[in-house]
Amino acid sequence: MPLYLNDEQTMLRDTAKDFVAEHAPVGHLRSLRDANDATGFSRDLWKQFAEMGFTGILIGEESGGLGLGHVEAGVVLEEIGRNLSPSPFLATAVAAVEALKGTPHAERWFPGIIAGDAVAALAIDEGAKHRARIGMAAERSGNGFKLSGRKQFATHAHVADVIIVAARTAGSADDENGITLFAVDRNAAGLTNTPERLADATLASRLVFDGVEVDADAVIGEVDAGAGPLRRLLAAGRTGAAAELLGVGGGAMDLTIGYLKERKQFGAPIGSFQALQHRAAHLYSEMEIARSAVLKAQQLLDANDAGADAAVSVAKAMTGMATTLSVQESVQMHGGIGMTDEYDVGFYMKRARVLAEMFGDANFHADQLAKISGY
Amino acid sequence: MPDTDLDQFRTDTRTWLEANCPPEMRKPVRSESDVCWGGRDQSKLTPAQKQWMDAMGARGWTVPDWPKAYGGGGLSPAETKILREEMRRITARNPLNSFGISMLGPALLKYGSEEQKLDYLPKIARGEIRWCQGYSEPNAGSDLAGLATSAEDAGDHYVVNGQKVWTSYADKADWIFCLVRTSKQSKQGGISFVLFDMASEGVSTRPILLISGNSPFCETFFDNVEVPKSQRVHDENKGWDVAKYLLGHEREMISGMGLGGAAGNPLIDGAIATIGLDDTGRLADPLLRAAIAEFEVRARAFAMTSERFIDELKAGKAHPAQPSMMKYYGTELNKRRYELMMAAGGSDALEWESQASSGGATARQWLRTKANSIEGGTSEIQLNIIAKRILELPS
Repeated sequence: MPLYLNDEQTMLRDTAKDFVAEHAPVGHLRSLRDANDATGFSRDLWKQFAEMGFTGILIGEESGGLGLGHVEAGVVLEEIGRNLSPSPFLATAVAAVEALKGTPHAERWFPGIIAGDAVAALAIDEGAKHRARIGMAAERSGNGFKLSGRKQFATHAHVADVIIVAARTAGSADDENGITLFAVDRNAAGLTNTPERLADATLASRLVFDGVEVDADAVIGEVDAGAGPLRRLLAAGRTGAAAELLGVGGGAMDLTIGYLKERKQFGAPIGSFQALQHRAAHLYSEMEIARSAVLKAQQLLDANDAGADAAVSVAKAMTGMATTLSVQESVQMHGGIGMTDEYDVGFYMKRARVLAEMFGDANFHADQLAKISGY
Repeated sequence: MPDTDLDQFRTDTRTWLEANCPPEMRKPVRSESDVCWGGRDQSKLTPAQKQWMDAMGARGWTVPDWPKAYGGGGLSPAETKILREEMRRITARNPLNSFGISMLGPALLKYGSEEQKLDYLPKIARGEIRWCQGYSEPNAGSDLAGLATSAEDAGDHYVVNGQKVWTSYADKADWIFCLVRTSKQSKQGGISFVLFDMASEGVSTRPILLISGNSPFCETFFDNVEVPKSQRVHDENKGWDVAKYLLGHEREMISGMGLGGAAGNPLIDGAIATIGLDDTGRLADPLLRAAIAEFEVRARAFAMTSERFIDELKAGKAHPAQPSMMKYYGTELNKRRYELMMAAGGSDALEWESQASSGGATARQWLRTKANSIEGGTSEIQLNIIAKRILELPS
């Protein structure tokens, strides 16, 4: 398969580009933030995403979705990134969908996701840094389980219709076996759900589970065998976050290249100065390298290729590094105006930081790659 | 071509490669003598090198995507990709390293006359002529179009006088493709592109001893060298078009260095050999491990970019200045690789002559890579090109 978008994917990209730029440009994020919006995203926009078919991209046609792949989901995510659109798309339509696929929970939640009604949140991280370990306890209790422990960085969990929780039913925190995924109600008794506003205005919850009781139906897949769906969830989430990062880094770069052409100092556009040209050209190179890594990971995931895990880590690490560079260079090359809240470039810096952490930062994934490579 | 036919092509290719690629040609390239350059004098080639080059050359698979009429394999982009994948699968060496293939050939395919194509291309494909490149001069480096080597009109031929420098392997090459000044009226519009035999009267070379202790580059002198006009490619004073087009291909070739070798990963293997793994299976030097891991992320992403670039090129989707990005990134990456290899090798890697170090192979290659970001247009020139032609920043 050639490493570029095919004609259908290019058409989808053009559609998504126009749609997201029109309905959810950076100004949309700004107005939600300024209004201190309590949801953290626009439900109308989520509905519109559904009308465009976007929310069902990864859901099979037999379930009413489009039956497309990670390349197509990534095409939409890149535009979400470019416009910094607050959206449950990544957690719900990409990561959660991959975890729920092939389980009875799919029948329960896919129609709502396809319709743009349902939102899912992910409760994976147990500390400030994403880790490959799951320690939260799920003890057997009657017909079901009792969950106790803490989760954080659960985007939109305060309004989610379902929270997907990774917990441990056997073994110790570092074991791959013994993990179970649960579908939990956000209002479950014993669950303290505290949304915190992040630097980029996203609302992400800290979750405290104090003996939260769920019945056996809440298990996603098989008990003790949650590693499989969790791996699919994480692979989809990481690749999706990488695609969104590509959009964030690309959006900041485009803004900056435009500024270099307009802004004049010493009687000339500052983009004519070699010092800035070289910074911009280096940045362009890093973003191009990152783009290839994202597309490769998406294609390998879609092909169920054995090399997908390594490619996913390369994509998340590379986009993390390239986009971090992009937003820093963008503020620097904008000069003083880049430091102002009034100008958009700062929003890019904040979103990039959030996405760089999500599902493991560049260090985490470089470490994963080293382990896969045997050193 | 339908997928089933491609599957058949893959099966046939795999079988043929298994039968025709000698075992010695599946081992990693350790030193310069392992690289097969072909040429008129093939006495220094090992029997396996010659066998592999001849077998691939006879099928046109040294240049799989060139037309069959010019000695190529006539393969489609998809077939070419399969051939490369199957060669990688058995870690087959490149059968023929050649500036004729990577640089002159594409320029001839675009700008050569039909006679020139039929004459020169099949010999390039079979490795019969080893070429060198006469571009840089003592006073025309980054400012290449400022070149002064003159070609005076003498009726049916030119008389060439001047000096080139950094001519790779000029002392070993059979022919040269050379930029010469045919007019002083215009800087870029006074350059012509000519081909001539290095055995011509008046041509002399002097190897330049480099910091690596090797001499891959030469100074090349022309003293009243007669070059028939039939050996000029494209119109007189239009050589800059050919030169720029060829530079694009040269940059592509140099960027390939960012990919590292086909077999194994000498950086990781070397680090494990000298430093060892701790009981969690991690390299026992955590800071070096982190530096290698970050490098490997970039190196893998670059390899994917190389694949994407080739796919886009074949589909006509690549930006014409994209080779500058590839050249910039690939060469900077390769320099970084060798810095890390020296760090991983420690004092073992410092030995300059010992048998254990294969005559200082890593150290000499480490020093050699420092030229990667200078030759074929410096990194700074590539950044200028990216800024102007891709980002369209004002001058």
